[in-house]
Amino acid sequence: MPEKLTSPSFPTPLKPRYRAIMVGASGGIGAAVSRRLAGEGYTLALVDLNEKSLEGLCNEINQKSGETRASYYVHNATEYDSVPDTLRNIVAELGGIDLFIYIAGVINFPALDEYNFHEDHKMVEVNLLGAMAWLGQVAPLFKSLKAGQIVGVSSVAGERGRIGNPGYNASKAGFTTYLEALRNRLTRHGVNVITIKPGMVKTDMLTLPGAPRPMFAVTPEKAADLIWNAVQKRKQVVYVTGLWYWIMLVVRNVPSFIFRRLNF
Amino acid sequence: MITTTLKNFTTLENFGHSLSAPSYLFKPTKTNEIHEAVKLTKKTGLSILTRGAGCSYNDAALNGGGIVLDMTDMDRILKWDPETGLISAESGLTLEDLWHYVEPQGWWPPVVSGTMRTTLGGCLGANIHGKNNFKMGTIGEHVVEFTAILPTGAEITCTPKKNADLFHAMISGLGMLGIFTSVTLQMKRIQSGLIEVDALPVRNLHEHLSYLLEHAPDHDYIVGWLDTTNGGKSLGRGQIHAANYVHDGEDPDPKKTLLLKNQVLPPRIFGVFPKSILYLFMRPFVNNLGWWGVNTAKYIASLRRHTFRQSHAAFHFLLDYVPNWELSAGRGGLIQYQSFLPKETAEDAWREILTLSLKRGLPSYLGVTKRHRPDKFLLSHAVDGFSLALDFKVTNGNRAKLSEMLQEFDRIILQAGGRFYFAKNSETTAETAQKFLGKDTLERFKKLKKRCDPNNLLESDLYRRVFGSL
Repeated sequence: MPEKLTSPSFPTPLKPRYRAIMVGASGGIGAAVSRRLAGEGYTLALVDLNEKSLEGLCNEINQKSGETRASYYVHNATEYDSVPDTLRNIVAELGGIDLFIYIAGVINFPALDEYNFHEDHKMVEVNLLGAMAWLGQVAPLFKSLKAGQIVGVSSVAGERGRIGNPGYNASKAGFTTYLEALRNRLTRHGVNVITIKPGMVKTDMLTLPGAPRPMFAVTPEKAADLIWNAVQKRKQVVYVTGLWYWIMLVVRNVPSFIFRRLNF
Repeated sequence: MITTTLKNFTTLENFGHSLSAPSYLFKPTKTNEIHEAVKLTKKTGLSILTRGAGCSYNDAALNGGGIVLDMTDMDRILKWDPETGLISAESGLTLEDLWHYVEPQGWWPPVVSGTMRTTLGGCLGANIHGKNNFKMGTIGEHVVEFTAILPTGAEITCTPKKNADLFHAMISGLGMLGIFTSVTLQMKRIQSGLIEVDALPVRNLHEHLSYLLEHAPDHDYIVGWLDTTNGGKSLGRGQIHAANYVHDGEDPDPKKTLLLKNQVLPPRIFGVFPKSILYLFMRPFVNNLGWWGVNTAKYIASLRRHTFRQSHAAFHFLLDYVPNWELSAGRGGLIQYQSFLPKETAEDAWREILTLSLKRGLPSYLGVTKRHRPDKFLLSHAVDGFSLALDFKVTNGNRAKLSEMLQEFDRIILQAGGRFYFAKNSETTAETAQKFLGKDTLERFKKLKKRCDPNNLLESDLYRRVFGSL
């Protein structure tokens, strides 16, 4: 292992570098995607709330690649006003931007008869408003470059409102719709927008109180594989895993008079 | 008025289309707009870079994520004296506009680059040379005066005597010390619109370099084409173009040859084929086999020694002869590896790198040799010797191998006491730059940087990559 890490790796014609910003980098899927992108040679700006885990992740990535591929920025996704400056500084540090990933998300599992505005508010703030604050800045940048890809990690939970989690469902439904609208706005300008819809992924989310029993749950690494594949192939909507496409096809088509009566 | 907000986030490319970076692009038309832009830099914390025509092969004119001032709209001619040949112009003036202006009156820029698209500011920043480097030096040696804006906000005037340290550092300084606003240059008298070229073959590297060395003093210009695709005994073979100005009495009708219309490069080949799409037809040949064929055919054609006269523009601006030729390399673009070696060590070192490139199956597609002399500018690339410029096509498949090979080239060139040129090489590492520039030079450069630009506002991708950690 090299003792001293080299300075950030600058692109040259023979060593081109793609550059990505990850908002929500230190969570389960976020960390896995970060490791994967670094392994593919990306230069990364990792953005999250928790400095300690960010630092750990950066060190791990940089030691493994033997050069500075990742740097981190502490930022709370709900500090909307600071997004423009933060983004501008990060893009200047990276020397450009090719890929933007919004993966920050929070969840709370209320009881079936519980209404908790405080928690709902938080979920909408992080899962939807934070995404809008960032993407509202990133979209015009990519548009003027006529290039770039945006990845939003939403959820299958955004496809139906279920009795289990109205707040989460609403936040993810909003995010999914926002991403679709961005796709429609930006595709004509050469920008690709990918909506990732994970089903269940074995992250901390599934260990929270009230979390459902894991069903077809995959590792974050598997999720990262599928997300990387989607980026490479410039896909648009990707279920993680593909099995969830079929599950949600059924769920989406359950008529309301039945859905109302289910405990699902 | 330049806006005080960031706008025009645009992808800019280098000359070889091998690298690009996005920047907030501004196009100032007056000097007060440059001041505004510098203020914006301070406000936003972003770096700023002036860009001329973007004719560097590397990242010298890129500033990813920062602000770029495209200077090409600041291209007014401020003063011209057809008696003395002194011309003052804004720094965004291109060599094309310059020679179009002075040539019909019997003057020619003393030093020009291989393309006429370059701007005066860019030419000074890189301290360009031409095929007459051994005789006329770099362009900096013909600058009588320049004015510049420093990032501190100060406006300064430099001549070889006044602010001499800055004069010799800003010329060659890659735009990292200040922003050129105007340049006063001494033009060279010409008595005819023609140049007389002696074209002759050289059979190997030894003959090639010996000819350059021995015959340069008898000529105004000398340049060699080197066949990079044939090795063995004929390694380094090629063709020399040794040229002289046509003087009084040697041109039967100088008035006619000086006419602008007799200088302009013809837009069509054989009068019918438009050159603007020629690069597309070059593409199928831009591979190892195709280019071996082209090189071999060119060498065979050059075996007949002959003398001919051509216009100044046709002789100098070979790179503009086929528009968009740099696109012929395809999507990966092309890079140039140019090394400058003392005359004593050049032959052995170049034999080594040319052999290596043939052995690796990574031949350069174009080799050009020139004769040089040292100069007094701070970040100088010049030596008392020769330069060899090698063009390489970049593909997804050859990047890693090419990168490794060029690192080996660097090692060989450094060992032979060589130098590199910051407008050309894209893979020079900070360590290599430190070795060939030397600690003293870097210290002096750093000191001047601190004095002119204490907040490090002026930066380029090249600067961060090569000088950032020094």
